Amino acid sequence: MQKTGAQILVDSLLAEGVDTIFGYPGGVVLPIYDVLYDSEIRHILTRHEQGAAHAADGYARASGKPGVCLATSGPGATNLVTGIANAYMDSVPMVAITGQVATSLLGRDSFQEADITGITLPITKHNFLVKDPKDIARTVREAFYIATSGRPGPVLIDMPKDVSSGVAEHIEPGPVQLPGYVAKKEPDPEQVARAVRAIEEAERPVIYAGGGVVSGGAHGELLELSEMLLIPVATTLMGLGGFPGNHPLSVGMLGMHGSKYANYAVNECDLLIGVGVRFDDRVTSKLEEFAPGATIMHIDIDPAEIGKNVDVDIPVVGDVRLALRQIIKRLKPRLASRWRDKIAIWKKEHPFGFEENGRIKPQQVIQEICNVTKGNARITTEVGQHQMWAAQYYTFTRPRTFISSGGLGTMGFGFPAAIGVQVACPDETVIDIAGDGSIQMNIQELATAVHYKLPVKIAIMNNGFLGMVRQWQELFYNRRYSYTELENPDFVKLAEAYGAVGIRVSKKSEVRPALEEAMAVEKPVVIDFPIEREENVYPMVPPGEPIHKMLG
Amino acid sequence: MRHTLAVLVENNPGVLARVAGLFSRRGFNIDSLAVGRTENPDVSRMTIVVDGDDRVLEQVTKQLHKLVDVIKINDITVDEYVDRELVLIKVNADPAQRGEVMQIADVFRARIVDLGRRTLTLECTGNEGKINAFEESLRPYGIKELVRTGKIAMVRGSKYTGYHDNGTKEEN
Ligand SMILES: Cc1ncc(C[n+]2csc(CCOP(=O)(O)OP(=O)(O)O)c2C)c(N)n1
Repeated sequence: MQKTGAQILVDSLLAEGVDTIFGYPGGVVLPIYDVLYDSEIRHILTRHEQGAAHAADGYARASGKPGVCLATSGPGATNLVTGIANAYMDSVPMVAITGQVATSLLGRDSFQEADITGITLPITKHNFLVKDPKDIARTVREAFYIATSGRPGPVLIDMPKDVSSGVAEHIEPGPVQLPGYVAKKEPDPEQVARAVRAIEEAERPVIYAGGGVVSGGAHGELLELSEMLLIPVATTLMGLGGFPGNHPLSVGMLGMHGSKYANYAVNECDLLIGVGVRFDDRVTSKLEEFAPGATIMHIDIDPAEIGKNVDVDIPVVGDVRLALRQIIKRLKPRLASRWRDKIAIWKKEHPFGFEENGRIKPQQVIQEICNVTKGNARITTEVGQHQMWAAQYYTFTRPRTFISSGGLGTMGFGFPAAIGVQVACPDETVIDIAGDGSIQMNIQELATAVHYKLPVKIAIMNNGFLGMVRQWQELFYNRRYSYTELENPDFVKLAEAYGAVGIRVSKKSEVRPALEEAMAVEKPVVIDFPIEREENVYPMVPPGEPIHKMLG
Repeated sequence: MRHTLAVLVENNPGVLARVAGLFSRRGFNIDSLAVGRTENPDVSRMTIVVDGDDRVLEQVTKQLHKLVDVIKINDITVDEYVDRELVLIKVNADPAQRGEVMQIADVFRARIVDLGRRTLTLECTGNEGKINAFEESLRPYGIKELVRTGKIAMVRGSKYTGYHDNGTKEEN
């Protein structure tokens, strides 16, 4: 059957199970928008393309389904770039569709032309420039396959206007054939056997679990493995929720702002079992002294991660869930209980803590958020101190409930991501824990939340500073607060101007009532918490130090 | 250490940019890269010479594997292989020196492909060592222009690093 390119595109998206697109229109995507007008696909109009990309990202992280965003050529496409890079760094499945100038105008610096496939080469898993409407259906199929299989990631499809407005036969693409693409799943039995032996022989094993556990749906297997041998579990920022934070074997987050006991445990373990992690420098700090006495095991679906940063003694390449299953199947339970006791003592001796005074402490606000939501909300964050406090003081017990920009550290991510999360989980409480700096990077999305009746809550930890940068200036630049103090708008009035609800908290005693009030409102709410201005995030591994040498 | 990689890629637009970009942004150093199509018009072959220790090489290979357009990679460094490079050299050659230059060309089995009033342009093929030696021998005359193709290579004997159309990428 003959169809326009845009019709083929939308039908192909439907065939992939797409129910929502986050986007922003423009000249060269008009053919696509015209088809969307009659389509069953829900289109969410954000107020900035960066918001659309982050919303698609949040949607994907919360639902496990690929997020889809759409933008026009040139400035629309370049506005997606940060969101695409963010998804790439955190291995989030995403398909970004951009309009492009007509093929006859390509390469002539035409109006609103940008070489977006060139620009996104290093930040996509793969990208396509479609030159003929008859290639659209196959391209969409391949894009979704690549985005969601193996190590997930963003894929971009660039669609010139004459391609979307042109006409072609819609040929069903059939199964994907990409000779150069392997999504290896089954781990090698020999690697599994070596892993089993190492785990059985270890006296002081520690699991270090990352985002791969969450995206690979391996949380059940992780719990089983840990409980079988009483192996303590540390998680990365991306791994939070992949193991229940309230479990006795949980040692919380490790790394720069991790718990002391997680860092001590990793420093003294004899076997480090990395699961779906990438040995990021925010975790390892000084590489040469990371887990110095340990045999390093690394379970990951991406072979290129093995040995990228650390030398791995026991690699297990494959789907994390399958790998853990096979390991569990062969393991004979044996309890490393003395080691567990030692960790329990560290846990008791070095708890997270902050000094209480009369003022509002961010840590306390986060604890209250956890109490009020009973740990059941979906939390997104921006980037900065508040992000670390959220990671430290909210107890995450389920996967996909902590959604934060890990690899890229993108200020402005949390709020649009929360919009995507709320779209994916309409019946759940979604809270963006924000800083006063970060929230202003995509605050315009309040209009989106209000328009689509997405009752996202924004809790602003308002310290009047770009807090995390100020902390570094305090510690390493002699308190020279160069351009990190903020003069902020009235966030309550701002919320109201957008048609949302604003709540200002001024005393400690108002923290909980404000949160309860916010939860009770079926509307987007902004709560402004004026927190202690110069509070620091501790513990902290100073840059260049080994992880057991922490400040605070 | 220098490694010679035989890389089969899909003959898609942009594939060279993907490969070259990967090298530059990950800080891997390419010594040379030669690319052209193979017996199968859908498949191109790149011969990449890259410098680095085993660790670097392992990462290069794994990162290349991740590119969707890359079908197969062989490190043929330790194999017996035939390699060739082509060079074109335009060298100063006054009538008085012309005989000497032509003698050098003879020794290296180079061919004269163009003749100017004061220059000779020579073409020579051979492995890297030979091409280097050829270049050095001509240097005293004054090389006005020189262009090398970069190395292409093929494993000797019956071992085959081409594209087996079984639809799968080699595991590493
Ligand atoms: C887009 C972007 N620009 C700059 C930075 C660098 N940066 C990291 S944290 C931070 C301060 C964040 O301030 P705020 O949002 O107020 O949070 P706080 O640290 O005070 O909790 C900055 C500027 C970044 N991560 N992202």
